[in-house]
Amino acid sequence: MSNISSSQIFAWVERYAKHIAEQKDYLTQLDAAIGDADHGANMHRGLKAVLAKKAELQNADIGVLLKGVAMTLISTVGGASGALYGTFFLQASVMAGSKTELTPSEFGSVLEKGLAGIVLRGKAAVGDKTMIDALQPGIKAYKRSIDSGETLEQALSKAVSAAEEGLQSTVPLVARKGRASYLGERSAGHPDPGATSTVLLFRSAAETFA
Amino acid sequence: MKKLINSPENVVLESITGLGAAFSDLIKVHTNPNYITRADAPVKNKVALVSGGGSGHEPMHGGFVGRGMLDAACPGAVFTSPTPDQMFEATKAVNGGKGVLHIVKNYTGDVLNFEMAADLAKAEGVEVEAVVIDDDVAVKDSLWTAGRRGVGTTVLAEKICGAAAEAGHSLKEVAALCHRVNATGRSMGMALTSCTVPHVGKPTFDLPEDEMEIGIGIHGEPGRTRTKLKSADEITEMLLTPIVEDLPYKSGDEVLLFVNSMGGTPLLELFVVYGKAHDILTKAGIKVTRSLVGPYITSLEMAGASITLLKLDAELTKFWDAPVLTPGLRWGA
Repeated sequence: MSNISSSQIFAWVERYAKHIAEQKDYLTQLDAAIGDADHGANMHRGLKAVLAKKAELQNADIGVLLKGVAMTLISTVGGASGALYGTFFLQASVMAGSKTELTPSEFGSVLEKGLAGIVLRGKAAVGDKTMIDALQPGIKAYKRSIDSGETLEQALSKAVSAAEEGLQSTVPLVARKGRASYLGERSAGHPDPGATSTVLLFRSAAETFA
Repeated sequence: MKKLINSPENVVLESITGLGAAFSDLIKVHTNPNYITRADAPVKNKVALVSGGGSGHEPMHGGFVGRGMLDAACPGAVFTSPTPDQMFEATKAVNGGKGVLHIVKNYTGDVLNFEMAADLAKAEGVEVEAVVIDDDVAVKDSLWTAGRRGVGTTVLAEKICGAAAEAGHSLKEVAALCHRVNATGRSMGMALTSCTVPHVGKPTFDLPEDEMEIGIGIHGEPGRTRTKLKSADEITEMLLTPIVEDLPYKSGDEVLLFVNSMGGTPLLELFVVYGKAHDILTKAGIKVTRSLVGPYITSLEMAGASITLLKLDAELTKFWDAPVLTPGLRWGA
């Protein structure tokens, strides 16, 4: 089974930046419905700043690379997204340490550590209509697939499907965290913008590592 | 979109640069990361107050930096919380050795980023306390939501706690005072028109010519209800009644009445609202002993207003009256 190198990790983030750039207006539109209309613009600004550090980051060890992504997002995105995505990559970087490549199983542990960081910082759980509704099932599906001996490609494909299902599950939910929670019942009937950008994170991994 | 800007990307930086140029005697504007400090920061042996939030609410918070109010403010992008590096640098820059109080409005982004900044500052040995302001009665407070939003009471807390810090109170005391202001302040707002976020380019929400939104948030978040437009007297009552009932404010209480413009509503109209609110309170036996009227916590060019009540006692009144010298509020100094 193929391992994931530092440069592939950066390519993953690059691919994510491309998806965010393409979906910027859509994400902002989703956020306008139940939040404050800045998710697309903020994520785009942060990932553009990450791309500007390509030369410095792409050949670093994976811990340094992910920490660079984290600190850049934390200092440029703002809002809850900056803190949460930043925390995700920061905790992921701790787990990756000085490795320069990750086995698919190690990559799963890195993602899990990132998720744990988000849960701790945001104090949200599945069903609160947040990015966790896509992130947690995506990572779970990935781990289960890898543990049962499937290939990286299969695992990532299952992660994308599970994250997409998680995203769809946010549509009827009433938000209990974040700015959308101010709307109460009025937040139902809309997909969560953070869960939407989280699906793109899995899709980028599937397209990059497959 | 019709705005007096050069580009959406540069509007915050150009605005705070202009603010710094206009008030160079009072404040200093730092860039990359962006924060505004008192010109004489750090003030030795004084608790320092740091606040911040998305831009678009001017004069809050940058306009409240100066003697008797904030030591630093961190402006984020429009309607987006600032980032931990801004708050961390601001906290270190104003720490005068007696600790730093973070005054945070209750929005998920603001709370998370200030928490990260406090972690960073504490790791460097700076004593930090944080108080979260959540005074908006339009939002149902529950364990199952992000809780009430921080709105008008923030301005009053920054003034009152700034005065207490100036008077030499300790970090614990100033934080306790800030909790007390938050506990006895309540607000509610309404919108007649939407606002347009520069980088979005179109109005945040559609509000027909003959309708209004009651309970609006300062980022254009929808409120409690959308109804047909009513008279200023009726609107004042719709805002004030839930505020009075929430605490509740009772006959015999002394209060500060703060009528705030969302940005687009002129003083001509604000004083109509103030007059009616004063009248309603007086009839209920609630004594208005202090007032504030004007655009202090705005939502870009949104037309509309908010009302804030703060229950006063001798100590809060003394700190409200104490000298303040900032771009946005100044008296006695």
